[in-house]
Amino acid sequence: MSTQEREEGRQIRCLIAKVGLDGHDRGAHVISRAFRDAGFEVIYSGLHRAPDEIVQAAVQEDVDVLGISILSGAHNTLVPKIVEGLKEYDAFEDTLILVGGIVPDDDRDEMLEMGVGAVFGPGTPMEETIEFVRENVHDRE
Amino acid sequence: MTATGTESALVDDLLDGKHRALARVITKIENRSPGYRDIVSALHTHTGTADVIGITGSPGAGKSTLVDKLAKTYRDRGETVGVIAVDPSSPYTGGAVLGDRIRMASNVGDMDVFFRSMSARGTLGGLSTATSDTVKALDAFGKDKVIIETVGAGQNEVDIVKTADTVCVLVQPGSGDDVQMLKAGILEIGDVFVVNKADMDGAERTVAELEEMIHMRENPAAGLNTGHHGPVDDEEMEQVALDDPDEEVWDPRVIETIATDATGVEELIDTLADHAAWLRETGQIDDRARTRYTEEIRQLIRADTARLLEEVIEARGGIDAFVEDVLAKETDPYSVADELVGPVRECVDGELER
Repeated sequence: MSTQEREEGRQIRCLIAKVGLDGHDRGAHVISRAFRDAGFEVIYSGLHRAPDEIVQAAVQEDVDVLGISILSGAHNTLVPKIVEGLKEYDAFEDTLILVGGIVPDDDRDEMLEMGVGAVFGPGTPMEETIEFVRENVHDRE
Repeated sequence: MTATGTESALVDDLLDGKHRALARVITKIENRSPGYRDIVSALHTHTGTADVIGITGSPGAGKSTLVDKLAKTYRDRGETVGVIAVDPSSPYTGGAVLGDRIRMASNVGDMDVFFRSMSARGTLGGLSTATSDTVKALDAFGKDKVIIETVGAGQNEVDIVKTADTVCVLVQPGSGDDVQMLKAGILEIGDVFVVNKADMDGAERTVAELEEMIHMRENPAAGLNTGHHGPVDDEEMEQVALDDPDEEVWDPRVIETIATDATGVEELIDTLADHAAWLRETGQIDDRARTRYTEEIRQLIRADTARLLEEVIEARGGIDAFVEDVLAKETDPYSVADELVGPVRECVDGELER
């Protein structure tokens, strides 16, 4: 991307979020760094965030992508709260939500039904995730 | 200029206090999306009520933590706050990790602190334009205080803080060498100096050093032209020189804080308020606005004309052909410039004669 394009063009903004009690954020760091190197602007939330905080950050930062990293198994309680919060601020429609971490297959379908764009399990190649973002990031006027 | 369609709706929503609209407007400003100029134009009349505070300092000085506590204290006093945190971006990929939001823990769940991370996006002049336009959006939205936070490392950051009414420079204790370095640049722009981490060894000495330096910069014998008007070009220098005899001088203050437990934050806020009051009493607030608008208009015009000339170059087959000709000694850079700007000059001459 040339400087000119970067000046005037679209820049993909992502929020990488750690929600809930799980205190392991190595994966979130790795993905933040990979996204940065892919040319995205990454905002990292820090550990132990409540769904409200993530919603607040996603709305204010007007991110294209919200990546939620959960390893604790609490996705069934936390993700719906975030989705609801985004809807409340009319931000759900044009935010691509990704869930990364340990999610059982049954729950995976539920997540997708809820409006999550994709669920990435352990071992997903970084390029796959980046490519998915590039292809699925929502168009905005 | 009037906004139309979606732009106009976005402006209305922003003025109605919708956070989503504010967030979206800032994105448009950052991306220079079509229509962003109309939006900023429409917001202009609604600006002018917020106190704009710039906070700069070296990495690790505790800027984000202090901003968090400032925002919290303002909120406790019933005021609303907007924060713009600027972080560097990679010159190679344009990517960035914007990490200051992590430290905004005191204001969690409080939408009346609107915190926005902004990346430098590899540009120099463009960032200050985007930042000052974002300040306008937050101001028009109705924020009482707008805080711009940026790492102070060079000219770029100096440009950004020029969009602030009050500039606050953070210094770490024991950074004697850093302070020496700051003398030449950032020190000249500070209205308030904050020695953060004041519980660390060497804090007293740093305070003393800063006070000494402030004293020196006030000494006319030093022959320095200080204050906010950075020597940008000759015309502006002249202006400053003319203003000087009547110009009111603000004595910069040095405040000690421990941002982690909010020690000294009240005092800092009072000092910021003193400076804001001083700006109003002396009329400096208008002088600063004048300087800002002068800069802003010039910058926009420079950018617009540069873009027009890019179009001329494109229409003539792109810059590469000219470069080849110069390389082959068939022409030279000055002649190329004359050739390209010539038609523009004729046009301008014609306009001026009318």
